[in-house]
Amino acid sequence: MVSTDDVIRTQGLTKRFRGGQLAVDGLDLAVPRGSVFGFLGPNGSGKTTTIRMLMGLIAPTAGVATVLGASMPQSVATVLPRVGALIEGPALYGFLSGRDNLARFDAADPTADPRTRRQRVTEALDRVGLTAAAGKKARAYSLGMKQRLGLASALLQPRELLVLDEPTNGLDPQGMREIRALIREVAAEGTTVFLSSHLLDEIEQVCTHAAVMSRGRLVVQGTVAELAARAQGRLVVRTPDVTRASEVLTAHGVRDPLVGEDRVDGELGALADDSLPELCAALVTAGVRVRGFGVERGTLEDAFVALTGEGFDVAG
Amino acid sequence: MSRAEAPGAPEMLKTAGAPSELGAVGTVGAVGAVGAVGEPVAVGELRASGATAARAGGRRPQTAAGFLALFRSELLLTFRRVRTMVLLGILAVLPVLIGVVVRIETDGPRGGEGPAFIAQVTQNGLFLVFTALAVALPIFLPMTVGVVAGDSVAGEAAGGTLRYLLVAPAGRTRLLAAKFTAGLAFCLAATATVALAALATGAALFPLGEVTLISGETIGLGPALLRAVLVAMVVAASLAGLVAIGLFISTLTGSGIAAMAATVGLVITVQILDSFPQLHAIQPFLFTHHWLTFGDLLREPMYWDGVLDNLGLQAAYVAVFGAAAWSRFTSRDITA
Repeated sequence: MVSTDDVIRTQGLTKRFRGGQLAVDGLDLAVPRGSVFGFLGPNGSGKTTTIRMLMGLIAPTAGVATVLGASMPQSVATVLPRVGALIEGPALYGFLSGRDNLARFDAADPTADPRTRRQRVTEALDRVGLTAAAGKKARAYSLGMKQRLGLASALLQPRELLVLDEPTNGLDPQGMREIRALIREVAAEGTTVFLSSHLLDEIEQVCTHAAVMSRGRLVVQGTVAELAARAQGRLVVRTPDVTRASEVLTAHGVRDPLVGEDRVDGELGALADDSLPELCAALVTAGVRVRGFGVERGTLEDAFVALTGEGFDVAG
Repeated sequence: MSRAEAPGAPEMLKTAGAPSELGAVGTVGAVGAVGAVGEPVAVGELRASGATAARAGGRRPQTAAGFLALFRSELLLTFRRVRTMVLLGILAVLPVLIGVVVRIETDGPRGGEGPAFIAQVTQNGLFLVFTALAVALPIFLPMTVGVVAGDSVAGEAAGGTLRYLLVAPAGRTRLLAAKFTAGLAFCLAATATVALAALATGAALFPLGEVTLISGETIGLGPALLRAVLVAMVVAASLAGLVAIGLFISTLTGSGIAAMAATVGLVITVQILDSFPQLHAIQPFLFTHHWLTFGDLLREPMYWDGVLDNLGLQAAYVAVFGAAAWSRFTSRDITA
């Protein structure tokens, strides 16, 4: 990716709140255009503060944040009409219907043409599947419906960038699947999606790129494939003859073999992929009844633990 | 931008209602670009596909209608609230109560007692308008205005809708201006509610006719009604300073209730300060001090000095607290 085509770019972005708490510390982030960018980190790691700085809601203590090529918060008026955002959950006027809520947020955008407002609202409602509940007061909505309405307001206009802060929070599995499908659909249209989450599997399922935050600092960023590759794959052999298999594997250079029930797995270490057939043959020759043989790819979670040396639910 | 335009055509396919038709436009446009560009039809189609690309999220111009839409939305939001209707309802009941009490007391109130103009009400129902405004202005009107103005920004912050308005992006100055406009509109609506309820009650319970002004002259009902409209407008304008104060307090806190309570509390405190003779040095600068000067408009000729003092003071309060609200709101971190 060409660096000048980054949709979001920050340099040394820092936020210290008045209490002295350092929420974001020297963040250097680069979100390439066209990516679905996962912004990962435990609760309290500075993700939302970063997003608020990117959206011009809070001013950075130090550093620069550039969104769509213009610095924030100075350029909110020209940048934000091209950005849709869902920040820290939906917020609605309970006494207005879903439709009127969208009309209100649409009216807040001075570049939105009032003559086509009704049509935009109808399309956005349709897109998130809320057409049937459009006339209902928002206070009667379930959390999932509120979340969808929040997404609808982010999708009122065609956007270059969609910023979604924990969009599946509080949703049931079906709702999560629907939101993820919608994210993929929006991304397929060419919108860059910046998705913050504390759910690793969510990032792994929908994102092309990811960055990991921990205690206000950026731990790593890159493509999801690169990140997952950091977690080494493990060789897994399924067999009833676990002891014998473990001996053969050790003899052939597989490190740290772990014996489980009907399976043995170990680190491949320096072993190349083309040595795997020999390894399999050696197991068979040694009389091991091989029922399964393969390499399990590392997950992002493994990578995260390897990178931070901490469990994922530890808040900073 | 170039990369944003590229996926424009498929984007349109997804969102628009008639995919096949738009798909055809895209194709013809592409053919036109390669082949006969000079052909008028092809040029037209090219323009159509250009508009399609813009839909992928290019810059849209800000229009005057788009700019004003927030002001309209703000007015709708204010007056569609149940709370606003309840406040206006309470204000409408007040003149009815006064009218009924005066009517039951058929002997008429004893001279020199009770609120301003109440002695004249039994002779002419129109005076109920002035009495009701004189009763409502010190307490009831500022309380309702304090609720609306105090909650204006803080309520949005508490509900979280403020962050969505600002990323829309509403623009902080524009949002504040819209809130202030809606606050002024509420002052006008509140005053009109009191005046109209009083006029209706006065007409129902007392005779209407020629009006004897407090300076002794008599004018016809028509000119008297015009004076009532003028008085109501001056009363509404008297509350402008309070709207600015409420708006400023509202930008200081993330709690709507706290902002409302602080604004209403301030009105009461200022009224108390205005009643101490020892504080006469500062009293001309209190925003409530000249409120009841509207009575001077019921003289012939109208006596404007006090009214102009009042309006000037309100303008000063709007300038000072409006600037304070703006400086606070445009520099504040929105963390709610």
